[in-house]
Amino acid sequence: MSAVIEYEELNRPDGFTQEGLGWVPWLRPITEEDLTEEQREALIHEFRIKSDYFRLLVRNPEALHARTLTDVDIFTNPAGGLPRADREIAASAASRVNGCVYCASVHTARATHESGRREDVQRLLDEGVEAPLGEEWEVVAQASAALTRTPSQFGAGEITSLREAGLDDASIVDAINGAAFFNWANRLMLSLGEPTVPKRRNRA
Amino acid sequence: MTMTETTHAQTTSGSADIIDSLCQITPGSDLDTIRRSRAQARENAQRSFEVLLDPQDPGTFPLSERYAVAAYTVALQASQSAALDFYLELTEEETDSHFARSIEQLARAARSVGPYGEYREPRHTRESEPGTTVHYDAKEVPGSSPRLAAALEHAHLLSLHPRDARPEHLKRLENAGWSADEIVTLSQLIAFLAFQIRVVDGLLALADNPSPEETR
Repeated sequence: MSAVIEYEELNRPDGFTQEGLGWVPWLRPITEEDLTEEQREALIHEFRIKSDYFRLLVRNPEALHARTLTDVDIFTNPAGGLPRADREIAASAASRVNGCVYCASVHTARATHESGRREDVQRLLDEGVEAPLGEEWEVVAQASAALTRTPSQFGAGEITSLREAGLDDASIVDAINGAAFFNWANRLMLSLGEPTVPKRRNRA
Repeated sequence: MTMTETTHAQTTSGSADIIDSLCQITPGSDLDTIRRSRAQARENAQRSFEVLLDPQDPGTFPLSERYAVAAYTVALQASQSAALDFYLELTEEETDSHFARSIEQLARAARSVGPYGEYREPRHTRESEPGTTVHYDAKEVPGSSPRLAAALEHAHLLSLHPRDARPEHLKRLENAGWSADEIVTLSQLIAFLAFQIRVVDGLLALADNPSPEETR
């Protein structure tokens, strides 16, 4: 019998949104009761233990653990570099280009939370990575998009634009890491399950 | 020794950082200092490489398959860096040069501009860009197997048109003998490489375009 889960009836989102979305897996996550000690440690934090996505990825605990530590440092290390909202814009732009509605919802919401610029963030979702977002966000979003495309379109032009927008080399490396990391995350989110609209929003 | 041989030997002993090697970042350089200001990200990008592509116990997902998928994935995305030679050499070490070359040829023949794919979300159907889905028969790749053919198809999907992914693609892997645990590892391996080659391409672009103050 196939272990692949398909959902005939699912409340799917109609497009990119900053509202919170759910995500359902196409392969069975490890149940909380069945987690080994190694798997619990790899999940690091209680909120990941509650998540189907992370309990699916924990089928390879070492890979999940290393990936999570990379993720956390790129996006939350407070020492120097790019402002946190801008790192979320790099993540959101990659997600917008790849078409990952779930990742985009999480990271545009964080960009709004960090910056208070909900309308700018919404334009990125509605119009795409060429939308007017203000100089610094525009060049970060477009550089992230250039690095997301295949073959890579990221080169001297992007570096110059990022410098002209005031980014130092450490900030440019944060933008590169943020965009690159979401090319990892988007591919997992898009291919191991799909987004849903939570019931409480559906009623509203 | 070539750079690749150096890299592999040092990796096995746990000392060389692959991204540094592929970007030729030297200790004490500006880029080295910047990368080390995100030490946890740097160390765990390396650990991800080791867990996925140089594991102590590859289990039921042998190194020959891991490197073939890696070489295909990197060749498909046309990274101009040394990453392609690096993964081709690893493939060759685990198999032979003829097999490595056929994997590279397969990827080169499937190259295209990405990411494309269809949106299932009604508000974005106008942005849908339908495109090629590859189908490989093990007979097309000498030394291959139905299991590897399915993995290469999945690498193409995830690398170039991930928004086309549907449950049927996981069934395709399952029917070719991939267990749920192995599918997670395969997906991580392909997706990690999308990250690794972009970090390398990005850092190389930065190194090639130093800030005016540094060149003065």
